Amino acid sequence: MSGDTTTTGAGAPAASPDTPERSWPLWEVFVRGKRGLSHVHVGSLHAPDAEMALRNGRDLYTRRQEGVSIWVVRADDITASSPDEKDSFFDPAADKIYRHPTFYDVPEDVEYL
Amino acid sequence: MYGNDVIDPDERPSVDPTVPLNAAETEAYDTALAHDDQREQVGSDFDALIAADQRIEPRDAMPDTYRETLIRQIAQHAHSEIIGMQPEGNWITRAPSLRRKAILIAKVQDEAGHGLYLYSAAETLGIDRAELLDRLHSGKQKYSSIFNYPTLTWADCGAIGWLVDGAAIMNQVPLCRCSYGPYARAMIRVCKEESFHQRQGFEILWNLMHGTESQRAMAQDAANRWWWPALAMFGPPDTGEAAKGGHTEQSMAWGIKRFSNDDLRQKFVDMTVPQAQKLGLTLPDPDLRWNDERGHWDFGEVDWDEFWRVLRGDGPCNAERIEHRRRAHEDGAWVREAATAYAAKQASKHKESAA
Ligand SMILES: [Fe+2]
Ligand SMILES: [Fe+2]
Repeated sequence: MSGDTTTTGAGAPAASPDTPERSWPLWEVFVRGKRGLSHVHVGSLHAPDAEMALRNGRDLYTRRQEGVSIWVVRADDITASSPDEKDSFFDPAADKIYRHPTFYDVPEDVEYL
Repeated sequence: MYGNDVIDPDERPSVDPTVPLNAAETEAYDTALAHDDQREQVGSDFDALIAADQRIEPRDAMPDTYRETLIRQIAQHAHSEIIGMQPEGNWITRAPSLRRKAILIAKVQDEAGHGLYLYSAAETLGIDRAELLDRLHSGKQKYSSIFNYPTLTWADCGAIGWLVDGAAIMNQVPLCRCSYGPYARAMIRVCKEESFHQRQGFEILWNLMHGTESQRAMAQDAANRWWWPALAMFGPPDTGEAAKGGHTEQSMAWGIKRFSNDDLRQKFVDMTVPQAQKLGLTLPDPDLRWNDERGHWDFGEVDWDEFWRVLRGDGPCNAERIEHRRRAHEDGAWVREAATAYAAKQASKHKESAA
């Protein structure tokens, strides 16, 4: 669970007829805690289709009114950046300190700036 | 076994009667929530991450033995959660009131959820849930031996919530700081949900102890039968002489385990004795007495022969638990097949209408 799009999701063993759930895809579950907040990843589950994933997600992750809305996304459909490339991938933003308001020198006695 | 692992040696003994009954609401839990992510500085080397008390995440490189240890521990923990549904599930139809029935259903359902969080966490290590269930059903993997004891009376549901969930929380709170991220996060969720489990058990016993003579006797009988198995839940001794040859040391070095079995057991006894006094129950241990020097309760020796016997299959309910679990799985096969067939049908319909 929890932010862990896994290596297993995609490479799960092939379906075998006596255990169909082996072939059930992995779904990542996102819950909106209350109106006005974003959906946040809460975990994952196996389900045969999106409808069942939603229902299982409700039973598994919102038994105590933790949410007002749920998204389920097939783990296979998520493209994630790689931790190895983290540095080079996010590098371009590192030297652009002028994107932050604190970069600018302005007189201290100007209001609302 | 049930997430074996607890204690800050510097922490005061929790014999203070003002300590919350709810063992899940402790400082240790808050610390875990406030985990400080320093990955930026530490980098991605396994040993460096462990040394800096950082979380290992699924896509990080890790030693095979670390991975295997975690798969085994998380799987056994997950198995314990779902096998643990049975002893209390046994009383759902006979709960003494609608209120108790609703509570019991909610608790048993929570345990199912705990099992699922944990199987998910195990899957992040590259193992399939169906494979883990096979290992449970074939006896290749174990679950906590506490669930091989029967629930003979309604008071047993009280004793389980109070003692068994109490001991499980004691094990699980430090696991919220486990070095493996998905396991730690699953534990944070579990601990939050465990909060009511222990309290409802205490309340059942509290009510019985304020009832008739025979209700009090029933509560005492349940405490007599569950006390020692609950202490055994922390696992065999692993400090002093017993530290040699066990796996506690390695698990601690890896930040999977935070406290020795013996420390956790002591902490549990220190927490529980005042609660038993409050309830008016006598714990079945003639050696139980406060040790001023140590600042802890002294207690007798768990019957480790019994522990190993039950773990290896010779407990009162081992065969019944696994048989029930297998049957439930097999009886559910048609539901899983139908769901798969339905999903396939919907998908092909969708394709047709798109064509
Ligand atoms: Fe649980
Ligand atoms: Fe529980």
